Amino acid sequence: MASKVIHAIYNDDDLLLQGVKQVREARYHIGEIYTPMPVHGLDKAMGLAPTRLAITSFLYGVVGFVVAVAMMNFIMIEDWPQDIGGKPSFSFIENSPAFVPIMFELTVFFAAHLMVITFYMRSKLWPFKQAENPDVRTTDDMFLMEVDVADHNVDELTKFLYDTGAAEIKLIDNK
Amino acid sequence: MKKTIIKNKAFRSINMYTLSSKLKLTAIIFMIVGAIGLVIGFLQAPSDLDDVREMMAAEEHHGETSHGEEEAANFAEAEHGVLLDDEPSRNADEDEAHAAEAGAHDTEHLEHKLHQLQNKPWAAVYVAAFFFFMISLGVLAFYALQYASQAGWSPVLFRVMEAISAYIVPGGIIMFVLLALSGFHLNHLFIWMDPEVVAHDEIIQNKTAYLNVPFFLIRAAIFLGGWFIFRHFLVRNSRRLDEATDLHYFKKNFKLAAGFLVFFLVSESMMSWDWIMSLDPHWFSTLFGWYVFSSMFVSGITVIALVSIYLKSRGHLPFVNNSHIHDLAKFMFGISIFWTYLWFSQFMLIWYSNIPEEVVYFISRIENYSLPFFGMVVLNFVFPLLVLMNSDYKRINWFVVMTGVIILVGHYLDIFTMVMPSTVGESWFIGIPEISAVFFFGGLFTFVIFNALTKAPLLAKRNPYIKESEHFHY
Repeated sequence: MASKVIHAIYNDDDLLLQGVKQVREARYHIGEIYTPMPVHGLDKAMGLAPTRLAITSFLYGVVGFVVAVAMMNFIMIEDWPQDIGGKPSFSFIENSPAFVPIMFELTVFFAAHLMVITFYMRSKLWPFKQAENPDVRTTDDMFLMEVDVADHNVDELTKFLYDTGAAEIKLIDNK
Repeated sequence: MKKTIIKNKAFRSINMYTLSSKLKLTAIIFMIVGAIGLVIGFLQAPSDLDDVREMMAAEEHHGETSHGEEEAANFAEAEHGVLLDDEPSRNADEDEAHAAEAGAHDTEHLEHKLHQLQNKPWAAVYVAAFFFFMISLGVLAFYALQYASQAGWSPVLFRVMEAISAYIVPGGIIMFVLLALSGFHLNHLFIWMDPEVVAHDEIIQNKTAYLNVPFFLIRAAIFLGGWFIFRHFLVRNSRRLDEATDLHYFKKNFKLAAGFLVFFLVSESMMSWDWIMSLDPHWFSTLFGWYVFSSMFVSGITVIALVSIYLKSRGHLPFVNNSHIHDLAKFMFGISIFWTYLWFSQFMLIWYSNIPEEVVYFISRIENYSLPFFGMVVLNFVFPLLVLMNSDYKRINWFVVMTGVIILVGHYLDIFTMVMPSTVGESWFIGIPEISAVFFFGGLFTFVIFNALTKAPLLAKRNPYIKESEHFHY
């Protein structure tokens, strides 16, 4: 871990995005960014690898769909066939329009919940976890960029960050 | 960044869009070919019972030798049922009493068939006219939505939307003429317009307060007039904003767009009851207006995407980037699913409750139209779902174009299966009149919208969101 970091605080997401681009162009290393809300395009600007969360979500959706089909087939056709509204359930395919809403709901349910759980696991978040925000204002209206000082000149870096539009700059020395 | 903007500005001030002669010629050729095909279609329609008898004999022969296509098979089968009744009358000398009875029966069948075949070219024109009209109406609704929601991403596409919505005027007038011709009994698309039918039909009698020709045409005039007026002022204000020094016209358009959307939601819903649902005057569905709306909305957005991609490929829209295409493709994807949701909601409730007067709508479609009826779900739902699900594919032009073409075909079929079962019944076939009508109206549509594009600069330069839209990047 870098021992010395600079916390640059921005008060606007557009400024932050622009700042991120300039900082990366100048070959400084951004450790982390804390924002009160998702900022569109920030991951691309930071050069993070594209998320694979969407693929997992699709796969979970497929699982949900299969579960729904198997479940409805067992409950409504195999285990306890009933005659509902003059539609005896002897065949899955003939009764399938009635099952479509369930398939839809379970697909969405699996995709959404498992995706969120995956997200929590990948981000190492769990209930009662201590917040890691270095500044509480990043949960309100401030955007914080953490830049590794490494072997750069602190004054130069500070000046540079100030020019990108940072409203506040702090040097944090982790000893 | 600054440099490119200045370059763009210079580029656009000298470059208004001009209709290329090639495109103009293509559109006109399509119109001529379509018009010729339509004339042939109308001439081929049988004029009396003998014609029908001949056609049916020829068709049956054709059906036997055909290569087993699904439609042809269905067609021959339906034919066969009628022809069985037909046979005794041909051997009339065998049993005169029997023959007279069967003959009456036969004539009734033939008359039914005659009406269907006479309706066929009219219905073909009606479907195509409505299809292209609804695209421009859907685009107008989308355009108004951008103003009302003050969307920041879309102003670079405003001129494209305005141009597509220009077809609402000629298209709307054609629709009105078609409806008026029905009202004057030049065709029999709407059976409730036929006093003889109404005289024997208690259900329609109870609806005559709403379903009568004068009121029907007045309503159509009100809807069309309202849309024309809103469109006229929205576009005029947008053009005036280009030259203005303040945001007066922008604010005006914001209010106008909000007013239009209120008017549109009510009038579009009633329009779909009048122009499409009343083709089956016994049947009704409470979400029919939404269902037609979703169809017009997704077709309209698709056409915006197609026209934008076409113009960009010719270098006319340098300020449109792939994020704009991405957003349009997202709408195509989302509204396709919305359409499916409504299609299925309508189907499932009626299928489940199985009430005879409601379910007859789907029985006639599934029995006689199973290929277009289920085929359009594949085209309108499965295809966009699978192709456009991936985020990256929404930015690839040829993916969007391919899906867009499929969506348009699918929604043509959607309108087709809304209109045809109640106008031509089992005598449907996508033949010369249907394809010609699509050619004719497609050519007219292309000509009108690209001609409208030449009327104003391609960038609504003084829209307050134009900067945001140009820089839009996702």
